Amino acid sequence: MTMTEKILAHAAGEREVHPGQLIMADLDMVLGNDITSPVAIREFPKFGKEHVFDRDKVALVPDHFTPNKDIKAAEQCLQVRQFARCECISNYFEVGEVGIEHALLPEKGLVTAGDVVIGADSHTCTYGALGAFSTGVGSTDMAAGMAIGKAWFKVPSAIRFNLAGKLGPMVSGKDVILHIIGMIGVDGALYKAMEFSGPGVENLTMDDRFTISNMAIEAGAKCGIFPVDGRTLAYLRESGAKEPKIFEADADAEYERTIDIDLASIPPTVAYPHLPENTHPAKEGKDIAIDQVVIGSCTNGRISDLRAAAEILSGRHVHEGVRCIIIPATQKIWKQAMHEGLFDIFIDAGCVVSTPTCGPCLGGHMGILAKGERCVSTTNRNFVGRMGHPGSEVYLASPYTAAASAVTGRITDPEDFI
Amino acid sequence: MSAAGKVFRYGDNIDTDVIIPARYLNTSDHKELASHCMEDIDRDFVKEVKAGDIIVGGRNFGCGSSREHAPIAIKASGISCVIASTFARIFYRNSINIGLPILECDEASKEIKAGDMVSVDLSTGTILDETTGKKYQAEPFPPFMQALIKAGGLAEYIKENY
Repeated sequence: MTMTEKILAHAAGEREVHPGQLIMADLDMVLGNDITSPVAIREFPKFGKEHVFDRDKVALVPDHFTPNKDIKAAEQCLQVRQFARCECISNYFEVGEVGIEHALLPEKGLVTAGDVVIGADSHTCTYGALGAFSTGVGSTDMAAGMAIGKAWFKVPSAIRFNLAGKLGPMVSGKDVILHIIGMIGVDGALYKAMEFSGPGVENLTMDDRFTISNMAIEAGAKCGIFPVDGRTLAYLRESGAKEPKIFEADADAEYERTIDIDLASIPPTVAYPHLPENTHPAKEGKDIAIDQVVIGSCTNGRISDLRAAAEILSGRHVHEGVRCIIIPATQKIWKQAMHEGLFDIFIDAGCVVSTPTCGPCLGGHMGILAKGERCVSTTNRNFVGRMGHPGSEVYLASPYTAAASAVTGRITDPEDFI
Repeated sequence: MSAAGKVFRYGDNIDTDVIIPARYLNTSDHKELASHCMEDIDRDFVKEVKAGDIIVGGRNFGCGSSREHAPIAIKASGISCVIASTFARIFYRNSINIGLPILECDEASKEIKAGDMVSVDLSTGTILDETTGKKYQAEPFPPFMQALIKAGGLAEYIKENY
């Protein structure tokens, strides 16, 4: 069996499962945010259960339109807050504690290897980096999960990505996943598991892995999962996560296909509008002038992302007319960046630093684009109207590339700064 | 169960951000969501759509976010069925869970034209393009999903079985 099949078999109480099989799996965590939870909370009474199945296994993270961007958003957050209080949810995070959900849950040790997690947010697949099966669902599935602690899944077939070698300088996990999506397309892994393996895995930091797993959904995948190694175990120990359950793919596991990736061959990569598969090497973007840069999100708002941006921005200034918005993903990351002096670098470079929020990534607030404006963003989607006016454009890139582009005012290969 | 209406046709990779832009996600009111459905790629959709009409999409329909607001907006706008070559997986789950009929049929997705009158028998998955007279057969749902649909959605199914 593949790693995904083994985790799902364990959670469903089966000795073996096969692709296509429909199973009911026990859940270790059910997640929702301020946009999806209100719909789930409204649906919850229809399931006929008085309370949530386990108050420690539900996480409510109001991170999208917070700090509340308008009256309607405030009312949605109020609904979530009231439900959390009423159900005594242990993992409810108020502004002041809250961070972007997919950075926050691993940081708080709320997910461990071998867990099965659903979240009413498509980037829930992020926890595959920890060797967990985690996937995005809708609000009704979230309500069902809160009611009975189970979810139905069709066991996915898998594509194996055999990683070898080491990333070049100024190249990170973001370039890897953009490169892969460019190769297989936005539905290249539709309904399937993406399983990363091979000797190159040990050369990827946990933050690289989080970014790669995070964007598995951008290839249509159900999950994007990494094997558990020393780096994973060290991360889990430090975050205080539960005892890991380690599952490994069998040597004779069946994959739909295997794709070999040489990490050393991946250049800084940018996805042009309006699909994440529309990838180009960053060095081809010299003629594309930009108006804004966003560095943050569940994809790239972690400490190593901020350090990468600071490496470029140190002693430099953003280009005249470019707005550079930096958003640490959690309070812990914020504090860490502050203590490391990264904010001095950002502010001296002419950037603005925001509190943790998903805000601009989905065109919510804190950096909306006008018609005709272009943004280089470390976020995950560049669909029409994603960050604002339907006539605006989003170019997806790594923190290195985004910071380099902020300095020159054009899409720029960060290798030019070495 | 059957559906019939005029076809609104869209291409591949229709994402949830164009189905319902996130700037409207500060509400979950079905009518309000429906009033902005598809507006970033088709400003006329909301003006022209009538109860019973059908959306035909290409590959990977509903890709992107997990927002259930997307199938809710489509259903509340009056659309009776979405036909596509393939659906993104979260959109697929959400549609079944909220009772928006969806059918996967590659041939119909490629051939049916905007403005055609189409009728659909949802119990058999038969699609008839009344304008051209051509019949198509969609992929049948697995028995578990048929049971979900028959129960009236996920909530009813779980109440009966758990």
